[in-house]
Amino acid sequence: MKLLRGIQLMFIRNMRQTLRSPIFVFVSLFQPLLYLFLFMPLLNGLGGVPGLPAGKTVQIFIPGLLVMMALFGSAFVGFNLIDDIRSGVIERFLVTPVNRSAILLGRVLRDAVVLLTQCVLITLVAIPLGLSVNVGGFLLSLVLYAMVSITMASMSYSFALIYRIEDPLAPTLNTITLPLSLLSGIMLPLALAPLWLQDLAKANPFSYAVNASRALFAGSFHSVDIIKGFVIVFLLMSVVFWWSLNSLRKLEE
Amino acid sequence: MTEELVIETKGLKKTFVSKIKGKKKEVEAVKGVDLAVKKGEIFGFLGPNGAGKSTTQKMLSTLLPPTGGEAKVAGFDLQKEQSQIRKNIGYVSQAGGTDSGATGYENLILQAQLYGIDDKTAKKQAEELVKRFQMDSFADRPASTYSGGQKRRLDVALGMTHRPQLLLLDEPTTGLDPQSRVYMWEEIKKLKADGVSIFLTTHYMEEADNLCDTIAIIDDGTIIVKGTPMELKNSIGADIIVFGFSDENIARKSEQLLEKFHPEKITLEKTFVRLHIKDGDRAMPEVLRLLDANNLKAQNITLSRPSLDDVFLKYTGRSLREDNK
Ligand SMILES: Nc1ncnc2c1ncn2[C@@H]1O[C@H](COP(=O)(O)OP(=O)(O)OP(=O)(O)O)[C@@H](O)[C@H]1O
Ligand SMILES: [Mg+2]
Repeated sequence: MKLLRGIQLMFIRNMRQTLRSPIFVFVSLFQPLLYLFLFMPLLNGLGGVPGLPAGKTVQIFIPGLLVMMALFGSAFVGFNLIDDIRSGVIERFLVTPVNRSAILLGRVLRDAVVLLTQCVLITLVAIPLGLSVNVGGFLLSLVLYAMVSITMASMSYSFALIYRIEDPLAPTLNTITLPLSLLSGIMLPLALAPLWLQDLAKANPFSYAVNASRALFAGSFHSVDIIKGFVIVFLLMSVVFWWSLNSLRKLEE
Repeated sequence: MTEELVIETKGLKKTFVSKIKGKKKEVEAVKGVDLAVKKGEIFGFLGPNGAGKSTTQKMLSTLLPPTGGEAKVAGFDLQKEQSQIRKNIGYVSQAGGTDSGATGYENLILQAQLYGIDDKTAKKQAEELVKRFQMDSFADRPASTYSGGQKRRLDVALGMTHRPQLLLLDEPTTGLDPQSRVYMWEEIKKLKADGVSIFLTTHYMEEADNLCDTIAIIDDGTIIVKGTPMELKNSIGADIIVFGFSDENIARKSEQLLEKFHPEKITLEKTFVRLHIKDGDRAMPEVLRLLDANNLKAQNITLSRPSLDDVFLKYTGRSLREDNK
C-alpha cells in the first residue's frame, strides 16, 4: 500500500466524520470570536504601550490569535482517537497493509484543514475591524498555522494512545496548552513583560510562531523572525509527530 | 507426506508486564503454545475467559509482538514478514472494529481500499458482502445505529473483504441470536468450501462441535488437548446405547446377542439393555440389523454420547458453562 494512497484514504475517512457534524467546526469558532469582540477592544485602549503601537492593535492581535487557535483548536483532538481505539477501529486499520504513519497523517491533515478553514473565517471577520492583510504573507502564515496545528494534534494523539481513557487527557492537555499560550505573547505583547518572563518565553517554541505570524501579516518578508518561526515549528512538529507514531506502535503493549 | 500448514507455532509466548503502583506485575497470558492449523480446515480454539485465546490470535495477526517462540502464518515468518502476513490474512477481533460514524457500505469500501483494491471493485465487493451477510436493510445507515448482532455481522464481513486465504475470527458469533448464529455457521462453512482456512475462538461447545475439523482446548495459557471433536469425545469414554424391550426375556436374548460387538461393557436391567460402545453412532445401524434379523424388536432406543462439555470438564476440571455466566 502506497503511503500517499493510505494518507488519502485515511484523510477522507476522517474528513467525512468531521463533515457529518460540521456544526463543531463552527462551535469552535465561538471562542476566537469572543476574543475578537470582547477582548480586542480592551487592547485598543492600551494602544501606545511598548510592542503595541497606537491604532495598530488589530494588526498585532489577530496574527497572535490565529496561532492561539492553532494551539487550542487542535490540542483536544485526542478525544476522538480514544473513541476509535475503544471501538477497535484503530486495531482493524493496524492489521491491514496500510502504512502506520498514514493512519496518523490522515488525521492530523484533517485537523489542519479544519483549523485553516477557521483561520480564514476569523481573518475575514477581522478585515472590517481594520485588519490589513498581505495576501502573500497570509498564505505563508497558513502554512505556519498548519504546522502548529499538526504539532498540537500529534501531541494530543500521543497522549490519547498512551492513556487510552478520557479522564487524564483533558487535564494533561490543559496543563500543557495554557502555559504555551500565556508565554507566547498572544494576549499582550511580551515587551510588556518583566525580563525573566521574556526569557522564559524564549524557551517557548510557539512564541517564535507568533513573531513569525506578525511579521508575515505585516509583509516584512526580510525579517529573520519568519525563518526562525518556520524552522523551530517545523523541527518541533517532526519530533512530536515521530513521538505519536511511536505511541501508535506501542498501542498493543 | 506432510500436509500444508497455514499456522504453525512453536512455544509461542506472551507475558504482559504492567506496573501497578510502581510494582511490576507479570501476567503470563500465553505460556508456550504449539499450534498446527492445516490448510483448508476450520480450527477451533476453545477455552474459558482469560485463557489466552484472544492474546494468541492478536499475536498471529501481527498486532501484538510475542515475548517468545516462533510462528509461521500463511507461510510467512511472524517476526520478519509481518507486512506479508497482513496482506494474506483477515482478522476479526473480539471487540470488532466497525467505524460507528460510517455506514456499513462505507466501512466495507474503505476496508477493501486499505487492501489496495481499486474503488470500483471495492464498491462491488461491498455490495456482495452486504447481500451475503443479509445486511441490506441497514447497510446504508451509520453503524452507530446497529444492534449488537448487526454490528457483529459487519465485523465479520469486514474481516473477509479482501478474500484472505486465512481468517482469524475471535468469537464470531457472540451476541448473535440463534438464527443468525446458524446463518453465520453456514457462511463460515461456505468460506471453507471456497478454500479459506479458518482459525476461530469460541465459548460455545455446540459451535466447536458443529463447525470445527480440529479443536484445541486452552486453559490458563496452555493447550491441554487437541484433536478432532470425535477424537476428543471418544477420549472421554464410550457412547451408551440404551434399548428398551417389551419383556425381560427378549431383553436377555438381545444382551447375549449384542456381546458380539465386543462392547466395553453391557448391562441388563429388567427390560433395558445398556451397551457401552465406541463410536456408537457408527455401530448403531449394524446393531439394529442384527436385532432385526433375530426378530428381537426394541421398543425404543437412545444414543447418548459424551459431549464436548464432558471433554472440557475432564481436561480443565471445570465446566465451561459455569465460567460463562
Ligand atoms: N494488555 C494486557 N495487560 C495485562 N494483561 C493482559 C493484557 N491483555 C490480556 N491480559 C491478560 O491475559 C490473559 C489472557 O487474556 P485473553 O484476552 O487472551 O483471554 P481470552 O481467552 O481471549 O478470554 P475471553 O474468553 O474472556 O475473551 C487474561 O488474564 C488477561 O487479563
Ligand atoms: Mg478473548
